[in-house]
Amino acid sequence: MLNRRSFLEGLAAGAALPALGAVPAHASDPIPVGAIYDLSGPLQGFGQNQWRCAKLALDQINESGGLLGRPLDVRLYDSQSDMQLYNQFANQLGLRDRVAVVQGGLTSSSREVIRPILRRLETLYVYNTNYEGGVCDRNFFATGATPGIYVDLLLRAAAERWGKRVYVLAADYNYGQISAQWIRRGARALGGEVVGEEFFPLDVNQFGATISRIQAAAPDVVLNVFVGPAHEAFYGQWASAGMHRRFPMMSTTFGGTSEIVRMPPEVVNGIMVIGSYYESLDDPFNRTWLAEFRRRNGTGYGYLTDVPVKDWYGWMLWAEGVRQAGTTDRDAVVAALESGIGVEGPGGPLTIDPRTHHCFMHTHLAEARDGEFRILERYPNVPPTNPDDQCDLQARPDTNTMYTPDI
Amino acid sequence: MDLALVVGLHLLHAVASLALVSIGLAVIFGMLRVINFAHGEFLMVGGYAFVLSAGAGVNLWLAMLVIAPAAVGGLGYLVERLVIRRLRGDVLATILATWGLSLFLVGLAATVLGYRQQGVAPPFGTIEIGSYTLGIYMFFVIGVTVAVVLALFAWLRWSRTGLLVRGTMQDAGLAAGLGADTGRIRSATFVLGSALSGLAGAVLAPLAGVLPEIGATYVVKAFITVISGGTTALTGTALAAVLFGLTSQAAAFLSRPVVGEVALLVVAVVLLRLLPTGITGRYFRRAP
Repeated sequence: MLNRRSFLEGLAAGAALPALGAVPAHASDPIPVGAIYDLSGPLQGFGQNQWRCAKLALDQINESGGLLGRPLDVRLYDSQSDMQLYNQFANQLGLRDRVAVVQGGLTSSSREVIRPILRRLETLYVYNTNYEGGVCDRNFFATGATPGIYVDLLLRAAAERWGKRVYVLAADYNYGQISAQWIRRGARALGGEVVGEEFFPLDVNQFGATISRIQAAAPDVVLNVFVGPAHEAFYGQWASAGMHRRFPMMSTTFGGTSEIVRMPPEVVNGIMVIGSYYESLDDPFNRTWLAEFRRRNGTGYGYLTDVPVKDWYGWMLWAEGVRQAGTTDRDAVVAALESGIGVEGPGGPLTIDPRTHHCFMHTHLAEARDGEFRILERYPNVPPTNPDDQCDLQARPDTNTMYTPDI
Repeated sequence: MDLALVVGLHLLHAVASLALVSIGLAVIFGMLRVINFAHGEFLMVGGYAFVLSAGAGVNLWLAMLVIAPAAVGGLGYLVERLVIRRLRGDVLATILATWGLSLFLVGLAATVLGYRQQGVAPPFGTIEIGSYTLGIYMFFVIGVTVAVVLALFAWLRWSRTGLLVRGTMQDAGLAAGLGADTGRIRSATFVLGSALSGLAGAVLAPLAGVLPEIGATYVVKAFITVISGGTTALTGTALAAVLFGLTSQAAAFLSRPVVGEVALLVVAVVLLRLLPTGITGRYFRRAP
C-alpha cells in the first residue's frame, strides 16, 4: 500500500539516482553553490542581512544569464547560530551537494569549524565578515576588513581629535582579544597608551562597574569591540550615566546589526566608526545598488554596513574568478582570483591581494548622527594587514596557518 | 570612598535587575511549576510593547507600567488557554511546547518588526557623587523592583486571594475540596507572572535595548535564580538574586567580567549541592 512515507522515500530515491550515474554536466546545467548563514538564533541579526546581500548577488548573476551560460543553483543552509550544524552542513555541501564554492559564516568560531573541512574536501571557501585577520590558507579568501586596518585608522583619527590615551572594551573571544592586541600595538606606535582594557563574555549585559572604572581612568577616548545582543545594553547604561557627553566613543563593530536605526539618536549620536560600507555613501553605484536592494527587500531589514554587504562582494568576486578562469574548477578559479582581480561595488572597488587572499578596499571614517552615518573621511584602496608580513601564499602556497600580531 | 559608594550602588542595581528579570518566572515556574522556556521572549515582548507604544506617542510611563504588563498578560492568557492548560502535568511536553513558543516569538518579532524599531533613551538625568556620575534611571529600576517584590509579598501573605493562590499551589486537591476554583486560580496566576515579565522587559528596555533575540540573554540567569531560590518562590528568588547579583558583580569588579560569570555559576552549583531544594528548602520555609 502506498502511504505518504513510502511515497516520499520513493521520491527521494528517485532524486538521488542521477547523482549515482555520474552524468557529465551539460553546458546549461546549473552550477551548485553553497551558502551557510545564521538565519535564526542569537546571530540572526547579522545572518539575515548577510543572506539578503548574498541573494541579491546570486539573483543579479542569474538574471544576467548566469555564469558561463549556466545558472547558479544555491544550496542554502541555516546554521541556527549553532557551530555543530556548521560542521554538518559544510560536510554536506562538500560531499553530497558537490558545490563549486561555499560562502558564509559570521563568527570566527564558525569559520574555524568549516575552513578545515572545506580545505580537506577541496571546496573553495569565501568568508565575508570583518574578523581578527591572519588566516593564511590557499583554499580561503576573505573579503572582510581586519582590525589591523580599522584600529590604526581609528586611533589616528582619535589622536587628531581627542588624544592618545585609550580605554578598550572588547568581546571576550578571539576577535575581541586579537583586536585588543592590535589596539595596544597601534596606540604604542602613535606614542599613546592603553589606560584600561576589559573583556566581556558574550552574555554579559551589566556594565555599571566598568562605567565607574572608565570615569576613574579618565581616558581621552573609549574604543569598543562589542559583539552581539547582550553587549548592546552598554549604550543605554553609558548614556543613562551621562557618559556619552563626557567621553568620545569609537567602535569597530557598532552598526553591524542596524543599531543606528534601532537606538535613539540621543544615545548614539557622536559614536565614531570605521567601515568599508555605509548606506549614506554618496556615489552613483551605491545609490543604484541600494535602490535595487530596497526594491527587493523592503525597508524592514534595518540598515546595512560593511558586514552584510561584503557577502554581495564575495559572490561577485567569485563569479568574476569563474568568468576569467572559464571553468568552476577550484584550482583554476583560485589561480584566476590570485591574478589580483577586483570588482566594483556599492562601497567602491574591492581587489584581491594575491599574497594573503585578503582584499584592498575603500575605508570610511563616519559618525553616528540622527539615525544615519555621516561620512567624515575616505581612505581609498587600503591594503589588508598581514601580521608582521608573515603570510605569502605566492611563495608558500601550502601554508595553512593563522597568524597573530607579535606583541 | 566615592568609588566604594558608586560601586555599591551598581551592585544594588545588578541585584535589582536580576530580581526583576526573574520575578515573572518565580511566579510561573516557582509557584505553578510550569517550565516556561519562552520566559525570555515574554520579556522581549514586554520591551517591544513598551517601545512601540512609546514610539507611537503614548505617555512613557503609561507605556512602561500599564501597556507592557497588560500586553504580555494578555499573551500569557492566550498561552495558558491554548498550550499550558492542555499539557498540565506533562513536564516534557511543556518544555517542548514553550521552547517552540520561544522560537516562534523570536521569528515573529524578527519578521513583523524586523530591525528597524527604534528604542527609547533612558529617561531622567544624572547625579554626581564626587567625581562620578550615575544615571538616575538606575535608582528607578531599583525602586520598581523593591515595590514589585514587596507588593507581591504582601498580597500573597495577607490577602484572601493570596491565601487562595498559596493554598492551590500547596495542595490543589484540598483547595478544590474546600471550594476554590483551582483552574481559574492557576490561569490567573500564570497571567500575573506573564504581566510581571512584561513589566520587567519594559523597565529594562531603555538600559538593555530591545531585539527579537534578546530573550536568550535573560532566560538562563532567570532559571538559575528561581531554581536556587527554592520551594517558596518569591522569597527564595529575591534571596537568590541578592546572592548571585552581589557575587557576580563583586567578582567582576574585583577581577574581570568573565570571572563574574564563572562566580555566579560556581555559587549556584555549590548552593544546589549543599541545599538541593534551594535556599528556601531549608531557610524561610514559611514565607510566601
